[in-house]
Amino acid sequence: MDRKIYLDNASTTYVSQEVLNEMLPCFNVLYGNAGSIHSFGRTAMGIVDKARDRIKEGINAQKSTEIYFTSGGTEADNLAILGVARAYSDKGKHIITSQIEHHAVLNACKQLEKEGFEVTYLPVDCSGLVSLPDLLHSIRKDTTLISIMSLNNEVGTIQNIKSIAKIAHDYGVIFHTDAVQAIGQVKIDVQDMEIDLLSMSAHKIHGPKGVGALYVKSGIKFDTLTYGGNQEREKRAGTENVPGIAGLGKAVEIATKNYSITNRKLKIIRDYFIEKLAEKVEYFQVNGHPYQKSNAIINISFYGVEGEALLMLLDLAGICVSTGSACTSKSLLPSHVLRAMNIPDDIAQGSIRFSFGTNISKADVDYVVDEIAKAVAKLRAISPIQAGRI
Amino acid sequence: MYYNRFIMERFKDPVNAGGMHGANAVGEVVKDHCNDMTRLYLKINDNNIIESARFKTFGCCASIVSADVTCDLVKGKTIDEALQITNEDVVRVMGELPANKEYCSVMAEETIRSAIEDYYKRREKEAKKKKSTID
Repeated sequence: MDRKIYLDNASTTYVSQEVLNEMLPCFNVLYGNAGSIHSFGRTAMGIVDKARDRIKEGINAQKSTEIYFTSGGTEADNLAILGVARAYSDKGKHIITSQIEHHAVLNACKQLEKEGFEVTYLPVDCSGLVSLPDLLHSIRKDTTLISIMSLNNEVGTIQNIKSIAKIAHDYGVIFHTDAVQAIGQVKIDVQDMEIDLLSMSAHKIHGPKGVGALYVKSGIKFDTLTYGGNQEREKRAGTENVPGIAGLGKAVEIATKNYSITNRKLKIIRDYFIEKLAEKVEYFQVNGHPYQKSNAIINISFYGVEGEALLMLLDLAGICVSTGSACTSKSLLPSHVLRAMNIPDDIAQGSIRFSFGTNISKADVDYVVDEIAKAVAKLRAISPIQAGRI
Repeated sequence: MYYNRFIMERFKDPVNAGGMHGANAVGEVVKDHCNDMTRLYLKINDNNIIESARFKTFGCCASIVSADVTCDLVKGKTIDEALQITNEDVVRVMGELPANKEYCSVMAEETIRSAIEDYYKRREKEAKKKKSTID
């Protein structure tokens, strides 16, 4: 089967031609070190500054010096959480996050717990939303940081970021959001939404891998995690990844500019997909919020079928998806997100995440739905669990 | 590739998949940590030889293929021989399994035991029934 359909855009995306064009000269023509004083260095610095400006425009930051480049979303999350918690540890040692965060946030919090911090992991409801009253109740006098992701990477639920930020600020707490999936899918305006820190990554928005950025509102202190040169205003040592940064700048510019048209396209694809799927397949549920959701990410549980087996059958048909369940990871437990949403394990285990890009046609969707129907029927035929009885 | 060619081929077309009419031994094992479930159907004749074996699995590729291979292994064997089959035998047939998937072959081994246990229970029940009718 030669046909290949990539429906895993939430894990990574292809680098778009415009981004690639922006990056290519940085490899062999404009290859200076942005820290050098000579003309090559100044040109490189110019490229980095241009990218900074583009990101500033994209998220409506006040100053471009509020953007710090990192090696990706994980480092941006680590820098935000560890950096802020440590910098404000004299004020308090309590931070709040949610149970459905990415591991870049969860494991940074685990590290803080080892250092003597207390962390509250807020539960979510069955649609994946953090409850605002829960948040209010968990704020203490010694709370210094709240970190809640904007858009969940597994189920696509969008949090009430503006309200959460408002609550945080009412109590004088700093607010960080992991917006790695949200850039380009949600309108981000850090000034209007009162976001203090925001993480982003290039490769989720048709940029290159290995580069991301952290927005930090001026006036907020954070400790560095890397020790070395004085790049990024002494907050992130290491020679600037100029091609990557150029790519990130362009990718953010395109993603934020095209936000509404991309969303409209994705919504058409999503609606068509679910409509077709409902015609051809019985017994499945769509996980996540009914309307406060991403148009690109659809998480579906097929009853009586195991996710990995379904993934492999779809892969044999040239369709690339991922499982909501972490069965391929060493833990073998269903996804922590679906567990937090109180979805029973045997249903969570049959979940598949489809994440669409705008390059998918209706014919592709038809093909995908047909293949899903075939694969699900095949697996249900050999499953001891009857789908209709769950 | 994550799984080897043998596993992928068997996964695409499992030989022994499906239920069985007239099975006289049914074993079922559920793994707690991953919820995978395998049900093994055996038909055992009066000479204690396993005539045929089928399976149904709710689980990943490795679980499905392990169960399929187990059916191959037990066919034609006596009960005692079948009880000697270990997960290592299953892995030997399958080739290499990803490190975190070894429990799938263990599950296959456990289903054999569970099925044979079921067989003996059924025989006991029948014997009691016979006895009560004679009495």
